[in-house]
Amino acid sequence: MEYLSIVFQEVYKILFLLVPVLVSVAMIVWLDRRVWAFVQKRQGPNVVGPFGLLQSLADALKYIFKEIIIPSSSNKVIFILAPIVTMTLALIAWAVIPFSATQVLADINVGILYLFAVSSLGVYGIIMGGWASNSKYPFLGAIRSAAQMVSYEVSIGVIIINVLLCVGSLNLNDIVIAQQNMWFVIPLFPMFVIFFISALAETNRPPFDLPEAEAELVAGYQTEYSGMMYAMFWLGEYANILLMCAMGAILFLGGWMSPIDVYPFTLVPGAIWLILKILLLFVLFALVKAIVPRYRYDQLMRLGWKVFLPLSLIWVVLTASYLFYFNLLPVN
Amino acid sequence: MIAHAIFFYTFSIIAVVSAIMVTASKNTVHSVFFLILDFISISCLFIMIGAEFLGMIMLIVYVGAVAVLFLFVVMMLNVAQQKNQWFAGQQSSRHIPVGLIISTLIFFEIIIVIGGWKYKPEIFDINNSISQSSISNTHSLGQILYTDYIHVFQISGMILLVAMIGAIVLTFRQRSGVKRQSYIKQISRERAEGVEVLEVQSNKGVKLDD
Repeated sequence: MEYLSIVFQEVYKILFLLVPVLVSVAMIVWLDRRVWAFVQKRQGPNVVGPFGLLQSLADALKYIFKEIIIPSSSNKVIFILAPIVTMTLALIAWAVIPFSATQVLADINVGILYLFAVSSLGVYGIIMGGWASNSKYPFLGAIRSAAQMVSYEVSIGVIIINVLLCVGSLNLNDIVIAQQNMWFVIPLFPMFVIFFISALAETNRPPFDLPEAEAELVAGYQTEYSGMMYAMFWLGEYANILLMCAMGAILFLGGWMSPIDVYPFTLVPGAIWLILKILLLFVLFALVKAIVPRYRYDQLMRLGWKVFLPLSLIWVVLTASYLFYFNLLPVN
Repeated sequence: MIAHAIFFYTFSIIAVVSAIMVTASKNTVHSVFFLILDFISISCLFIMIGAEFLGMIMLIVYVGAVAVLFLFVVMMLNVAQQKNQWFAGQQSSRHIPVGLIISTLIFFEIIIVIGGWKYKPEIFDINNSISQSSISNTHSLGQILYTDYIHVFQISGMILLVAMIGAIVLTFRQRSGVKRQSYIKQISRERAEGVEVLEVQSNKGVKLDD
């Protein structure tokens, strides 16, 4: 009985986290399309509900009632597993995101490593989907995304090391609290820019959406998917984008901390600040999608390996030597 | 404790079964997927014994990078169609004894190491410094790795670097007649050098210089 009550309590907490995440994923799709439309002087989805807010729900309903088609020559088990893997990996990472000093599902010691590990596993959904479809376009998309995501993970890892040098802990709450006096976006601004661009590449967003480049590969790894399975890929992708935004907000923008440490601002709960910061980063993501054309594949690889990796490595040396010579290393 | 035991046995059964399936499954791509499952359950076991840093690094390095490249190579070589004939084919008699000998050797090596750990604990003085429960796993690892074992740690990094450069040197070949992309050139192109307006004469056409 004791175990059961603990289990129920945890399930309740998990639902309380995941249901808002899923709802906000639906809303964020709407926001993405709206921002995209406004940049191009269009209206965007504005018919269903007030300001078109319910558009994503209408889309989801449409996907649910569509037939799921499984190609006869596909590898059926892996074909079905792929969207499930994408969705699960996008959702389990939210367990360690701190919404305030106490509001966190799992306050683990190696939180940032967990986030990094889960985001690096995200590539499997795409590879599995691309390979199991047993078709040329999905396969090309899968191969592209494997190379792309592995390349940009390296620079994200090195950027995380930069932040960790200033914090001295892998715990996400410690990282947030270390930014009490100054957000890391100010001293580590070049790293923030590189992190933002790498996050675009890691989540296959334009201008790095080569795995699903519709002009060359139809829809890349999603070509053979239909109905709810396609929607799951889609939800997982947007949940991943939100997650990368949350990671950026925690690493560089002070997480749940209020921007100014004075009376009326500190009354606002930390979760609201975190959500605002995530939204700010997401609007930047959406703007980039609207204004930047797609990269060529060799340019993409060159940017990852020859520009971002050396730059962030040099910055690690700079940060480390600065902290060492001015005796600012966080020692506990 | 019961929950702990349940989780331990679940993860270890998954690890052992997927390790067997790596060799037994007929499709090479399936083998790699089972290998990934094996890595994941092993990292779960690491986390369960309190080595959370090791578990996460296992996930990041092996599952996030090494296995992706495995999968990449296996898919690119298109060996998925070749049926793996280890258990059913005629070659099985040749492969299995060698594999058995190697795995017995590794098994005895592990037995010796773990036996030494259990019966002569004073040999492993690292063991004592790690097990201070006041500091976290990551901190104690760092304290050992960057103080007592800094040279070994650096040398292992250099060995990896040498292996990487060696692989690049071995496979690198200078090819002639390849058109290289120069980014500076591409970006700094002006309209004047890219576009030319010509009077086209009838029945003669235009000769483009290349």
